[in-house]
Amino acid sequence: MKKHWHRRHIVEAIVKALMMFSFAIVAGSLGLILWTVISRGLPALTWSMITQTPKGGFYLGKEGGILNAIIGSLYLAGGGTLIALIFSLPIALYLETYLGDSGWGHYIRLALDVLWGIPSIVYGAFGFTVMLALGLRASLLGGIITLALLELPIMTRAMDEVIRRMPVDLEQAALALGSTRLEVAARVVTRQMLPGIVTAILLAFGRGIGDAAAVLFTAGFTDRIPTSLMQPAASLPLAVFFQLGMPYPEVQKRAYASALILTIIVLAISLGSRWIASRLSKYVLK
Amino acid sequence: MAKQATPVTTKTINEEGRTPRPSLPSRRRQDQTAGRVLFGITLLPVILVALITVGLGIRFWPILKVYSFWELVSGIVWKPEEGQFGFWPFISGTFWVTIVGAGLAVPPCILTALYLSEYARTSTRAIMKPLLDLLAAIPSVVYGVWGVIIIVPLVGKYVAPFFSKYLGFIPIFVSKNPTGYGILAGGIVLAVMIAPFIIAVTYEVLTTVSQGLRQASLAVGATQWQTIRSIVIPHTMPGIIAGVVLGATRALGETMAVLMVVGNVAQVPHSIFDTAYPLPALIANNYGEMMSIPLYDAALLGAAFILLVIILIFNIASTLVLQRMLGKRWV
Repeated sequence: MKKHWHRRHIVEAIVKALMMFSFAIVAGSLGLILWTVISRGLPALTWSMITQTPKGGFYLGKEGGILNAIIGSLYLAGGGTLIALIFSLPIALYLETYLGDSGWGHYIRLALDVLWGIPSIVYGAFGFTVMLALGLRASLLGGIITLALLELPIMTRAMDEVIRRMPVDLEQAALALGSTRLEVAARVVTRQMLPGIVTAILLAFGRGIGDAAAVLFTAGFTDRIPTSLMQPAASLPLAVFFQLGMPYPEVQKRAYASALILTIIVLAISLGSRWIASRLSKYVLK
Repeated sequence: MAKQATPVTTKTINEEGRTPRPSLPSRRRQDQTAGRVLFGITLLPVILVALITVGLGIRFWPILKVYSFWELVSGIVWKPEEGQFGFWPFISGTFWVTIVGAGLAVPPCILTALYLSEYARTSTRAIMKPLLDLLAAIPSVVYGVWGVIIIVPLVGKYVAPFFSKYLGFIPIFVSKNPTGYGILAGGIVLAVMIAPFIIAVTYEVLTTVSQGLRQASLAVGATQWQTIRSIVIPHTMPGIIAGVVLGATRALGETMAVLMVVGNVAQVPHSIFDTAYPLPALIANNYGEMMSIPLYDAALLGAAFILLVIILIFNIASTLVLQRMLGKRWV
């Protein structure tokens, strides 16, 4: 049968074309970013970049690498994630097993969403203010605490989302068998949301490691690998930023390579969390 | 699945040498004590919001005793050494960059979300979700590097001359700045950064429309676009707007990527090609060295406070709308 082309069919075709065009623009510009970082970063990436700390004159284009920033970032994000986990797991469990959808639950979720929207520069400024009040200088500890504040809402919300997708029957069955809420939280919910916990941890870790504004004043920057919590620590995003700001092309190329390293770490974490979550999902009752 | 879990449970109960099960009252006490402790921990987010707001507010206070709030916010001269703290260049710069960024991001993002929810095949949708997560994970400094390498030269060499030549009669398209660093470059970088976020939220909102409604509309002969326009969009409008506002607040507070491409000159911008100096960039660039100048520290933390308050207002409003629409489940 021959299709009659009414005005609405023409509009339909135009709109659909527009949508596919938008889709292409969005996907294309995001592809362009990855391509730019890879094509600029790969030629400048050398083995010494990731195995050496900056030597004298590194920021003028001489010898050295960014091992200090890689290790510093891992310390900062690792510490921040650990502290955030200590608080966010109990909060997520309590929200589900004790509070549910009650008034308090609502306010706390709202507070978490609000915290999640506060920009990292504000966390950085707040963290630095607190550090001044406590007499702390820019240090690994300060950076870790600030990152923990930044990661707390991300991790808790991610866990909360997973718990809420859990079948209610499971929890109710445990309660019906005489478990207390604490036992449900510790033995049923935690086990059931194991993949979700891992995903949430890695998500928060990825955010922490990529954040520059929060550690700018709180962690400082140094060419050495920190050996104590009170020493300043370098971080990868800041290494990218500082190197890019130098007027020497040699150093700027290293900034591209550093950006590539950071991107690889973050993407590896993101993909890794999916893989681990799928491996762990065998412990989950569907 | 169920088969695996059952033996595990029975095993732990039958395990040798296990202490006898605690009595019910003691388990109940345990439950209540844990409840109280956990409640304390759970209040942390609420306390933190209050603490950050009050903390920054207190540090803002010393400068408010010298200048009125209005004087600070509307002042256009920023010379801390001479005691002049006008925030207007920074506030207007923040809004310029955010509006350009959101303006560029919103149309393609909403169309993309509509495409994904209404037209795309299941397989396309299945790859899109992880892809969006991946893109949301890219650090802002990497977006900044991309902006410096690609966007700034593009704006400086092609976009700005083109607009000046053909649309120069419109004031906001006049280019007096040949470098490419400026509001448009910042806006483009922001648009790409917030795109995954806006698409994800809009898509979530669109999926709340029941299939029955869509099918009813299609059954009476509407085309898919007619269905979208008269059924899907009216049902989801508040959620879409809230998602866009939420995306815009991300743009408002974005620091590093914008800082790297926006030029950072303290002036009130008049064209999308002018340089700007948004609030987050102001704080990031100056916070280390503020100690020697009186009130500088209060002024910068005041900038953080103003930024925070603007974001809190938009954020709370849009979060409440989204929580209502998505049954408190939307991330």
